Amino acid sequence: MPISRRAFLQGSIAGGAALSAFGFDVAPVQAQAKTLKIGRTSETRSTCPYCSVSCGVIIHTLGDRAKNAIPQVVHVEGDPDHPINRGTLCPKGSSLQQEILNDRRLLKPQVRRPGSDHWEDIDWDRAVDEIARWVKKTRDASFIATDSRGRVVNRCESIAWTGGCTDTNELNYLVVKTMRSLGVVGLENQARV
Amino acid sequence: MTNGWIDIKNTDLMLIMGGNPAENHPCGFKWPVEARLHRNAKLIVVDPRFTRTAASADLFLQIRAGTDIAFLGGLINYAILNDRLAHDYLVHYTNAAFLIQEGFKLPEDGLYSGFDASKRTYDKATWNYEGAGASPAAGASLPPTVAYDITLQHPRCVFQLLKQQYSRYTPEMVERITGIPRDQFLKAADLFTSVRKDGDMKRVATIIYAVGWTQHTFGTQIIRTAAMLQLLLGNVGRAGGGVNALRGHSNIQGATDMAGVFDSLPGYLKMPSPDDADLATYLKRTTPTASKPAEWDSYNYWSNTPKFMVSFLKALYGDAATKQNDWAFHYLPKIDRKYSWTEIWDDMYNGHVKGMFAFGMNGVQIGPNTRKNIEALKKADWLVVGEIYPDETSEFWRAPGTTPDDMRTINTTVYRLPCAGFAEKDGTFVNSARWLQWKNIAVAPPGDARVDQEVLARIFLKVRELYQKEGGAFPDPIVNLSWNYTDPLHRSFVELAKEINGRALADVTDPATGQTIKAGQQLPGFGALKDDGTTLCGNWLYSGSWTEAGAMTQRRGTDDPSGLGVYPNWAWSWPANRRVMYNRASCDPGGQPWDPERRQVWWNEAAKRWVGNDVPDFKPDSAPKDHMGPFIMNPDGIGRLFGPLAAFQDGPFPEHYEPIESPIANPLHPSQSTNPVVQKFETPLDKYGTVQDGFTVVCTTYRLTEHYHYWTKNNPMNVQLVPEPFVEIPAELADEMGLRGGERVKVTSARATYVAKAMVTRRIKPMQIDGKKTYQIGIPIHWGYRGIAEDAGRTALTSVNLLSPTAIDPNAYTPEFKGFLVKLEKA
Repeated sequence: MPISRRAFLQGSIAGGAALSAFGFDVAPVQAQAKTLKIGRTSETRSTCPYCSVSCGVIIHTLGDRAKNAIPQVVHVEGDPDHPINRGTLCPKGSSLQQEILNDRRLLKPQVRRPGSDHWEDIDWDRAVDEIARWVKKTRDASFIATDSRGRVVNRCESIAWTGGCTDTNELNYLVVKTMRSLGVVGLENQARV
Repeated sequence: MTNGWIDIKNTDLMLIMGGNPAENHPCGFKWPVEARLHRNAKLIVVDPRFTRTAASADLFLQIRAGTDIAFLGGLINYAILNDRLAHDYLVHYTNAAFLIQEGFKLPEDGLYSGFDASKRTYDKATWNYEGAGASPAAGASLPPTVAYDITLQHPRCVFQLLKQQYSRYTPEMVERITGIPRDQFLKAADLFTSVRKDGDMKRVATIIYAVGWTQHTFGTQIIRTAAMLQLLLGNVGRAGGGVNALRGHSNIQGATDMAGVFDSLPGYLKMPSPDDADLATYLKRTTPTASKPAEWDSYNYWSNTPKFMVSFLKALYGDAATKQNDWAFHYLPKIDRKYSWTEIWDDMYNGHVKGMFAFGMNGVQIGPNTRKNIEALKKADWLVVGEIYPDETSEFWRAPGTTPDDMRTINTTVYRLPCAGFAEKDGTFVNSARWLQWKNIAVAPPGDARVDQEVLARIFLKVRELYQKEGGAFPDPIVNLSWNYTDPLHRSFVELAKEINGRALADVTDPATGQTIKAGQQLPGFGALKDDGTTLCGNWLYSGSWTEAGAMTQRRGTDDPSGLGVYPNWAWSWPANRRVMYNRASCDPGGQPWDPERRQVWWNEAAKRWVGNDVPDFKPDSAPKDHMGPFIMNPDGIGRLFGPLAAFQDGPFPEHYEPIESPIANPLHPSQSTNPVVQKFETPLDKYGTVQDGFTVVCTTYRLTEHYHYWTKNNPMNVQLVPEPFVEIPAELADEMGLRGGERVKVTSARATYVAKAMVTRRIKPMQIDGKKTYQIGIPIHWGYRGIAEDAGRTALTSVNLLSPTAIDPNAYTPEFKGFLVKLEKA
């Protein structure tokens, strides 16, 4: 019978507890009480978002099968099956759990108004409405349909998109679709710098 | 990378330069270690600092930042003088034998032929191959038939010009420029070229680099020098060989492939120009025609450009892209100037860019010239930041030194939208080995945060709604953009990933198998693309990544039948799941592997096909006797020792130029010290320093193992590991200044000042540069004005890119973050 990695780990803990000072076998009790914290987690395969080695990581979430529980990431470890990193992680990859569960995370949309010295909360719908209005206003005011030599250029030079290093291919594709259709030419990414 | 992480284990010799993988790619560095342990491979490290990579090396040389072309040019000279060359490879797989037109001049005085001093550009007409026979005299294009001399003796053949060019890069000259003593240089040159000792072709060397090469005003040419050296030694296309960019971020390879940059469209298609009056004109301009010796063959794979482009336009505009409207070609913007990173900020500073989206991109910190970027944002109307942490860019309006009175004058509206971290989004990253790997969603974003694509989709759909209701400037591409998705907000990326791969829009025949691909089915690969509107494909290069068989990017096959670390069934590698690019060159001209122990692909005479352990990067049925060049993406089919015509803006061969701020005049040609076509900027904030102004110390910037860019400063564990910024200062310089480790030091460039604790070190030694004692210092980049340590008041709230200059490489437009000048004082 094949033994799963988890069953093997649980088995070795139970085995270690078998020789106890109590004079009787506490192993079943210990095994019940001291299962690993990842014992009941869901495993999700992912890729470390930092450098380009692309270490495979396993993200352990707990509570995601119960009706009223908010799933929480309890552990992140290297994926031993991954042919490049083979389970290892560096000091950045090893702290990924604190990257996901971090009290500095931004939790709500905010706006800083002209001349202001502070952030204000804004709801999503209003933020999206205002931003869309800015985009249209800026684009309509500056769109260049033909250049000084009468050639078709259909470009908008006054709006720029700057994209990040962990944007997925699919997001970048969506950026190209939307921004190029707006005529955006100032389209750049961490890839340049 | 031409090769891949695991493939490094196959090498016999490594040159790591302009990168520090032991510290910045620790889990990838196991493969260089593997090569040392199990193949007895040697490791040469060349770096301004004695890094942990250097500590693992057989030979370490300390180099002055920004002098890599001098070192590599010296290696080329050594290889030629000592006949450490791959002769057959050179003659058959490179343009060594091709003749160059009369009138081409090498840069003895620092300038190639054709320089226009008033425009500071080159007329590149003489940088061209000589046509043969009835071939017309070449002008603006490559001649269809190229004159050549297979004996490599003709004075105008590429090899003789190359030999002449690098004859000036003597060990003495290398020492004057780089600061590497000639005996050490000769030791490195002998070791690196030893793979071709006595004509042996079995052994292989690899070159590995990172942004220590790219971030210069001649960065592209540094990498080219490395590529040329690898071609001369016959190391490209081979297991354990190649030219390998480490790359510093999880998906900048993918961002480049997917055209997250101003000058291309997905799959490296070229951006349309205003001169492209219609699609046919665009395709004529951007589809190369073969240029080669009459007796040779060239696959010229880019001849398929029309299929890639029409399928891309169908992916964008669906039914609105028709043959009648030129597949909606004019929906795309047309450009005839640069809009690169540094230019966007310059345009914003000059009031031209009014609004910016910054999604996961902290432009204030990234710089260069952080102060200029802050001042630019003050002039914008609006800024939309999508982030997971509070960052410097979204808070530019309260950067250190900004008073409430100042803030009242800053009229920029800033939206800061909480987006999702990596574990909260699916989709693919492309690693440096070109593998596309799918990641799954582990948790939902916290609080009221949203996944980035949903935010972008909602903004775009709202803009579209406004144009539908109100009209406006050229609404056609906006209202006609294809958006027929089951989930218009793309909370999962599956639909987009399938669109990127491409599908048939009508029943089409797969040319590879002769079978019918039914309308609506996923395409098996880019070979099935059509230029008649019957296929759509978001990025031809990724076609094959999500076929009818499913998501190739999600595969987890751990088998490696050849033992070469190919892992053909793990995820998917572009192009066409090839793991080593140009692998035809791993065989001799007859089609058999140079090294029978490392068999990648080979010609099977019985089957009349190329077969092997990897996917052949070649026309599968092209017999060796047809002499097709192995570099199938070049119209000439060969590896380019000479980069003809407009391939490069600053010369067909690399030449050493000094960084824009340099401690010496270029010893090769003091009157033309820097790159003649380099671009600088002209706002009052674009200042450049000189030795005469007291800026005498060479400064370089870098990352630490424990931190990642401007991100982990929000992570308690990483901040605990390295809590504060510091400046790495040579002990001798510290002694001269009376500075002790732990004391605060002020570093000043022509632009601004940076303050941190001094870390006095013996890892950077004083150097003799052109007879002058010269110091280098190093500054890690990770701190700014928002972060755990910053918010706790434990730093001076300065960003290292306050110091770096706004000057860019003329080919890649990457700024010169490395090797600028500073002065130091006790703070």
